[in-house]
Amino acid sequence: MTSTVRRLLLLLPTLFGVSIVVFLLLRLIPGDPAQVIMGLRATPEGLAAITRDLGLDLPLHEQYVRWLGALFSGDFGRDYRSNVPVTQLLATRLPVTLELTLLSLLLALIVAVPLGVRAAVHPNGIADKAASVLGLIGISIPDFWLGILLVLVFSLTLGMFPSSGFVPFSDGIFANLRAFALPALTLATGLSAVLVRVTRSAVTEVLSRDFVRFLKAKGLPPRAIINRHVLRNASVPIITVIGMQFGYLLGGAVIVEQVFDLPGVGSLIVTATMERNYPVVQAGMLVVALLFILVNLGTDLLYAWLNPRLRGGAR
Amino acid sequence: MSLLEVNHLRTEFETGGNWQEAVSDISFDLAGGEALGLVGESGCGKSTVAFSLMRLLPGNARLAGGRIGFDGKDLADIGEDEMRRMRGGRIGMMFQNPMTALDPAFRIGSQIGETLQTHLDVDRKEARRMALELLRSVAIPAAEERLDAYPHELSGGMRQRAALAIAIACRPRLLIADEPTTALDVTIQAQILRLIRTLLIEERGAGVLLITHDLGVVAHTCDRVAIMYAGEIVETGTVASVFANPLHPYTQALLEAAPNARTPRGSLATIPGRVPALGMRPSGCRFRGRCAFERPDCADPSGPPRVRLDKHREVACVLHAA
Ligand SMILES: Nc1ncnc2c1ncn2[C@@H]1O[C@H](COP(=O)(O)OP(=O)(O)O)[C@@H](O)[C@H]1O
Ligand SMILES: [Mg+2]
Repeated sequence: MTSTVRRLLLLLPTLFGVSIVVFLLLRLIPGDPAQVIMGLRATPEGLAAITRDLGLDLPLHEQYVRWLGALFSGDFGRDYRSNVPVTQLLATRLPVTLELTLLSLLLALIVAVPLGVRAAVHPNGIADKAASVLGLIGISIPDFWLGILLVLVFSLTLGMFPSSGFVPFSDGIFANLRAFALPALTLATGLSAVLVRVTRSAVTEVLSRDFVRFLKAKGLPPRAIINRHVLRNASVPIITVIGMQFGYLLGGAVIVEQVFDLPGVGSLIVTATMERNYPVVQAGMLVVALLFILVNLGTDLLYAWLNPRLRGGAR
Repeated sequence: MSLLEVNHLRTEFETGGNWQEAVSDISFDLAGGEALGLVGESGCGKSTVAFSLMRLLPGNARLAGGRIGFDGKDLADIGEDEMRRMRGGRIGMMFQNPMTALDPAFRIGSQIGETLQTHLDVDRKEARRMALELLRSVAIPAAEERLDAYPHELSGGMRQRAALAIAIACRPRLLIADEPTTALDVTIQAQILRLIRTLLIEERGAGVLLITHDLGVVAHTCDRVAIMYAGEIVETGTVASVFANPLHPYTQALLEAAPNARTPRGSLATIPGRVPALGMRPSGCRFRGRCAFERPDCADPSGPPRVRLDKHREVACVLHAA
């Protein structure tokens, strides 16, 4: 528990660090927001005026402090182009990314964990071979390529799923899920590959422990031994890896949102970066970082719950 | 009638592509209310016997022959489901290392309770009540609190008591204890052995197969003893007769090497050489090469003669041939 409290306390300084890095990185890439906003109509006077309006003529540290100050009062700034408040943008985009990543995580878990368990229980069996193939495919095929391939097969050839685009939840859960099927499958493949390997090796390790033999000697049915005891003990490394992989999932979401034209935070950040739309990129990155940190925090809590030795207060 | 009757048991391991006998033609029996010690140095095949009886051999092992009579059935022959009901039900088992025998992620009470619920028709609440009683019967102090403790919160001795509670939870007719006290210090060892004797033999008339490399353990706990060497039983008899008059040179060597006040516990270093690995055993008598009384006829490929001296006493050595 103490480690969780420590992590919570570290949350603010971490976000602070992220804010500095994002802020500086953005300004390191060449390109002038004012130029992008004015485009071909740009005149020196107009540019100067816009630069002043946006506060981009101020020294960097002053710009940063202003931004941060506004953040603390809940003001994430406005989109340079549309002048829409960034919070409003995030409110529509974040649910899409969340649904994409959670569906992918769910899909990966449903496929990889049972497969990894079977592979460990029957080494060299069919499940084990399937697990190796999945591991190989998932690790060697890039997300964008897999996405295109899936579109080619399941959308253009078989016509089972839409090739791109987003259907909001309000249009019915089925249509919504159908739109997410291929993107989630794309994103889930890489994670499944890692997860199936970790599950297999974690379960193999637990199966070799003494207590499993004692459980058999107690007369427990194999199913109970695997589902209750072995999985519970193997879940610690599995969940640790999920926490670590969540960062890759968010990174992958950026690419998958591009490939499938999903209006999520990832595609928002990509477009905004190209337009040097500073407030949008900065806020988007902060939200993604916060998400990552929160997931890891959740992982920590789960981890402590699953591993009694980490729980405070010996009896 | 015997409770357990093992006849010509053979168990093999596959190593390097061929099958090697770890247990060769072993026979013994055990009556209810009796404790039999199975004794030999490390590597003699004692654990392999135990796991053969439980049919819990590792993947590279197989029962190659023999009969395991128990409860009117042949354990070597019954189906896996029936065997599973035996494990933890009619037959309890304890292992050497109490630190690793329990699942670290589950509370003691739930680990006892799940055994009860597997074999008996009891609900959670009833299982918990019985678990508490079991913890009390194995003399765990503050049993109520221990019920909700995790294994890491208990000492080695307490964990082994908990493991004993699990092993006896369903009132088994037979307890197989594989070096149950080897990892514990002497005082706790004596307490656990005392408990096994009281709870199983005296109170319930159950049988106990106690596996150990320590003859001292046998002296205090068992009624009869079988001395095992390199996959074979070389001598059997009542504890009193074997200790008073050991016949096989290996038994004699074990007794001389037995730990006493002056030597550290568990050291059997005084027998020169070591138990031959599988596939490295000499033909004829397997104790050849380490035996102080070796003669040319010990190499006779038919092996040493089995000499029966009385109802319980048997020895396999040319020195005692008629
Ligand atoms: N899983 C295994 N694979 C191959 N050989 C084994 C295995 N387990 C035990 N053995 C061998 O079988 C013999 C008997 O081992 P074991 O029954 O553990 O002896 P003990 O319990 O008397 O110390 C030893 O030679 C050991 O090396
Ligand atoms: Mg052993």
